[in-house]
Amino acid sequence: MSAIAVDVRPPVWRRLVGFNLLTAVILGIGGWYAGWFGAHAIAGSSLDYFGAIDFNELSLVLGYFGGVVGFLIGLGFANYPLARLRGYPASLREKETQGAGRYFSLCTDHKVVGIQYLWGIGLFFFIGGLNAMLIRTELLRPDHQVFPAGTYLTIVGVHGSMMMGMMSSGILGPFANYLVPIMIGARRMAFPRIEALTFWILMAAGAILQTTVFWGGFPTGWTGYEPLNIEAYQGMDCYIIFFALVGISMTLLGINMIATIVTMRAPGLTWTRLPIFVWGMLSTALLMALAAPVLVCTLSMALFDRVVQTNFYVAAQGGSSYLYENLFWIFGHPEVYILALPGFAIVLELLPVFARKPLWGYRLAVAGLLGVSLLSWFVWQHHIFVSGINGDLRPFYMLSTELISIPTGFTFLCGMMTLWRGKIRFTTPMLFCLAWFFNFLLGGLSGVFLSDVPSDVTTHGSFFSMAHFHYTIMGGLVFTFFAAIYYWVPKMTGVQLSERLGKIHFWWMFLAFNSTFAPLFAIGFLGQPRRVVTYAKSLQFLNDWVSISAFVLGLSLLFFLATFVYQLAFVKKPAGANPWASRSIEFQLPSPVPVHNFDRIPVFSGDPYGYGEGPAPSWVPAGAPAGRD
Amino acid sequence: MTTAPTTAGSGRNVGHGRRVIVAWIVSSIVATPLVAIFLGPILPPGNGSEQAHGQVIDNTVMTATITPVLCLLVVFFVYALTQFRPAPGAALEDGPPLRHHNGVQVSWMVLTTLTVLFLAGFGTYELLENGAGGGQGPSPVAVPTGVSHMMQVQAIGQQWNWTYRYPAYGGLETQQLFLPEHTYVELHVTSLDVIHSFWAYALGVKADANPGEDNIAYVLTRGPMSFEIRCAELCGLWHGYMYQTAHIVPQSQFTAWIKQQQSIDGSIAKYLPKYARIYYPDPQRRAG
Amino acid sequence: MRTGAKLLLTGLGVVVAGVLIGFYVSKLTTLQGSAAYAAPIRQVAGKPVVHLKIETVAAVGPKLAPNPDFVSYLIQNSQGTWLRRTVWQLPANATVHVTIYNFDGASGLRNAYLARPEGIDGNHITIDGKPASVINPDDASHTFAIPAYHLIVAVPGVGDNAKNQCGYAPCPLSNAHRTIQFTFHTGAPGHYRWQCFVPCAAGWIDGFGGPMQTIGYMDGFINVKA
Repeated sequence: MSAIAVDVRPPVWRRLVGFNLLTAVILGIGGWYAGWFGAHAIAGSSLDYFGAIDFNELSLVLGYFGGVVGFLIGLGFANYPLARLRGYPASLREKETQGAGRYFSLCTDHKVVGIQYLWGIGLFFFIGGLNAMLIRTELLRPDHQVFPAGTYLTIVGVHGSMMMGMMSSGILGPFANYLVPIMIGARRMAFPRIEALTFWILMAAGAILQTTVFWGGFPTGWTGYEPLNIEAYQGMDCYIIFFALVGISMTLLGINMIATIVTMRAPGLTWTRLPIFVWGMLSTALLMALAAPVLVCTLSMALFDRVVQTNFYVAAQGGSSYLYENLFWIFGHPEVYILALPGFAIVLELLPVFARKPLWGYRLAVAGLLGVSLLSWFVWQHHIFVSGINGDLRPFYMLSTELISIPTGFTFLCGMMTLWRGKIRFTTPMLFCLAWFFNFLLGGLSGVFLSDVPSDVTTHGSFFSMAHFHYTIMGGLVFTFFAAIYYWVPKMTGVQLSERLGKIHFWWMFLAFNSTFAPLFAIGFLGQPRRVVTYAKSLQFLNDWVSISAFVLGLSLLFFLATFVYQLAFVKKPAGANPWASRSIEFQLPSPVPVHNFDRIPVFSGDPYGYGEGPAPSWVPAGAPAGRD
Repeated sequence: MTTAPTTAGSGRNVGHGRRVIVAWIVSSIVATPLVAIFLGPILPPGNGSEQAHGQVIDNTVMTATITPVLCLLVVFFVYALTQFRPAPGAALEDGPPLRHHNGVQVSWMVLTTLTVLFLAGFGTYELLENGAGGGQGPSPVAVPTGVSHMMQVQAIGQQWNWTYRYPAYGGLETQQLFLPEHTYVELHVTSLDVIHSFWAYALGVKADANPGEDNIAYVLTRGPMSFEIRCAELCGLWHGYMYQTAHIVPQSQFTAWIKQQQSIDGSIAKYLPKYARIYYPDPQRRAG
Repeated sequence: MRTGAKLLLTGLGVVVAGVLIGFYVSKLTTLQGSAAYAAPIRQVAGKPVVHLKIETVAAVGPKLAPNPDFVSYLIQNSQGTWLRRTVWQLPANATVHVTIYNFDGASGLRNAYLARPEGIDGNHITIDGKPASVINPDDASHTFAIPAYHLIVAVPGVGDNAKNQCGYAPCPLSNAHRTIQFTFHTGAPGHYRWQCFVPCAAGWIDGFGGPMQTIGYMDGFINVKA
């Protein structure tokens, strides 16, 4: 292939009818109807069951299946394999290097995918947040139905699934895809086409979850417990298909990340020189690649139970609801660390820059990340301490759960000692990182009550556990997500974000967040179960406090969105190559990073944390391009 | 300013470590007893039963244990964020290149490990003592010892209400839960359909109700009281409404209540299935 | 791009997002059958009395619901029209006479205990004019239950070989049916849910899906107003 071919852009009409988001949506809808009618033709008349429940479940499932396949074909994912099968050279549309059209189609540039992820995940994050606002609206009054009881459960389920499913890739999607190849001195991910596939599958998944409201919603919350799952209306299928697609996307993303980090590091980048951010992404990717397949299998069985009446999870027919609980949490507990670990990594990556000191205890920090990653496989039954599961392993799971605080403590120690005697600069990204310590400390310490069987008897399934995981996930992941945005978006877009607006956003969000979730510990301690549409009248004051704080929190996020778009589209204050005086390699490149990252592959001579150890080395050799990859 | 660490006041090690450690120890010594004495008694779930009381002790011990951790972090961050900053208006300068310190690492590991082992050990002790009110499945391990007589009560979850059966009274079934005071109760929780969770907050009891599973929890009642029972596992449309009030009453009143229930239940008694630990009721799927 | 064009695009984005959010929220807040039906009140000796006429049907029919095969409760208004409304507004401290015409066959109760009427006057019901203090749980077609009142009434079903069975609702009284009558009393104002405990949702596991989990069919509220 020649370098010239990719720079010739087809005319506008050709780009519109070519393979892009527009054709993907059209083919997706077409595929949906093909699946729908196909299933009706095959099974519609032969199954009485579908007549009794007033819908043909198979047709909905096959409809969505056809829709996803059509969507991916419309994006052009079939072009490359089909072209190669037919013996023709592959189309190079996916390798386009300029134009806004790249962002709306299959593109194998890891930087484009990163930015696609940022906006795509952001969109669903805001939809999830909107649902949270609706939940808090319902809970303003103890016994008044703003939403019908079943619809309320759907809102709760969509909020939970959207946040857990989409935000699992919240850091790996945008930031790891964008930054890991640069940080390891590579020009691309190991599997660029799969990288793009993970993004577009995720977008299809999110859209499918949202369509659940047209199919009656689903009553199970994000955990989808059986056998309520089988009992539920058609909207449940949207949940199952959503989470299965998310699982596929996560698996592929994880494998791609592992392969990239293991095999594509530039010369000199030994394991002990790897930026801690890359270590964090590696430990998260390990969890993703191993945990998400369990989810896909679990949900496939749930789908069979619903559609073709197998009985994996039906106790009366020899199945077991415990099977689902166990399988779900074998995925589910690593999943919460998939959400938490990237936060650890970002904090440890950013603290040296703003404390102007080397990362303290590098090996300990790596051990912490990998230790959490490993231990998170051995704790899942703490979600079902009171479920009556036979074979009493509760003391073991109590111990293993509490052991996780040891590697988590490594992260705290390394972070704290990095601040020790530093020259701390309170920039916006730094404030978000420092808030992580506060939030994750409260989240972690409240986790002690949930890990301990006797006190878990009271806190399990209450608002206490809800407050706990919002402190660890929203306080841990979302705050560091914003730290990453303020820190790296100037590098990704070339636009410097205002420190003043950023600090307003930070303090607004930080105070509103704590005002929202701290009272929930009290509400849970006072006995309010999760996911209830009505609650005790004596708890109205606290619930109203939480609701109003939640609205203020929602406004802080809208404030961010408005200022973010305003600055990117209108202000466009140019960012220098290195606005934070960082020693990391991505800040040795221009902002935004050029198409092929490096003209010549860099050679590393140390880790990027040598603050106070003399002038920063330059690892990016100047000179002419050494060929394309 | 240069990057040389010795020129800046905060750059030199002027006993920062000693200050932080002293402040931590002092604040812990002050705060921990205060937390244990004043916060402990108001921690949930109260003293409605032996098990609830055990949970309060457990919660108190844990809160007291995490107090020094909280103190350390608060002291550290207040100190670090106020002391370790560049001089106002100073140009960008680097801190001292400290990369690791074996003593700090080892003592941190030892401290966290000891804390964790203590918490897990204490939790295990509290659990095994009397089951802590949690559901333990059909063959419980944490059984209260030295109890000669236990009253069996079955809680049956169904979409969306609880009913109760008293095997000692011929499998009598009731809409409401009454328990006699100062009695050890062996609570059997099961479900007829989906997963529910029987949560008697004031008694410190929570046990999931699973279809086809007998989930046993133990509770020793104390004096007469009324308490709320809620469902703590999402079970469908009326999950949020699946609550009711139950009562602990003196023995004589309990006997009278049983008599009254037996008389009004006379008509249904012949239709009830024999008392069993689990039920697989028909119909499972109704045909169209 | 010029600033004007960017402003236009941003404004357009905000408008589109607003419209979508408005559509979404309005879709979520409305539900067929959830509008309250206010029962007409008579005063007898200074106390409010309400008479509810209810029909339970095996299939609600295409006129009344988007899912014609759903089992459902219907309520009759003062004009004699059957409405698919399951939120009923009742006065506080009132006597409520209920007549249920059941056109559905028996499914049987999963918990036999709920076949015994409770929480109503005299703890007995009248079935086709004859008093009964219990029905065979296997004959139960539906229940009318208000858990907060400890109120349970099991409704016996029409025999399988009865002639002239009703197809789709609304069913005229000339179709085979059972008539169940009882009286209960409302108390303090508030929202109290009612539901059916019989696994009557055909096709779903445990008979508890679809119409059993959607307000407007086999579930609803009584809104007791002062």
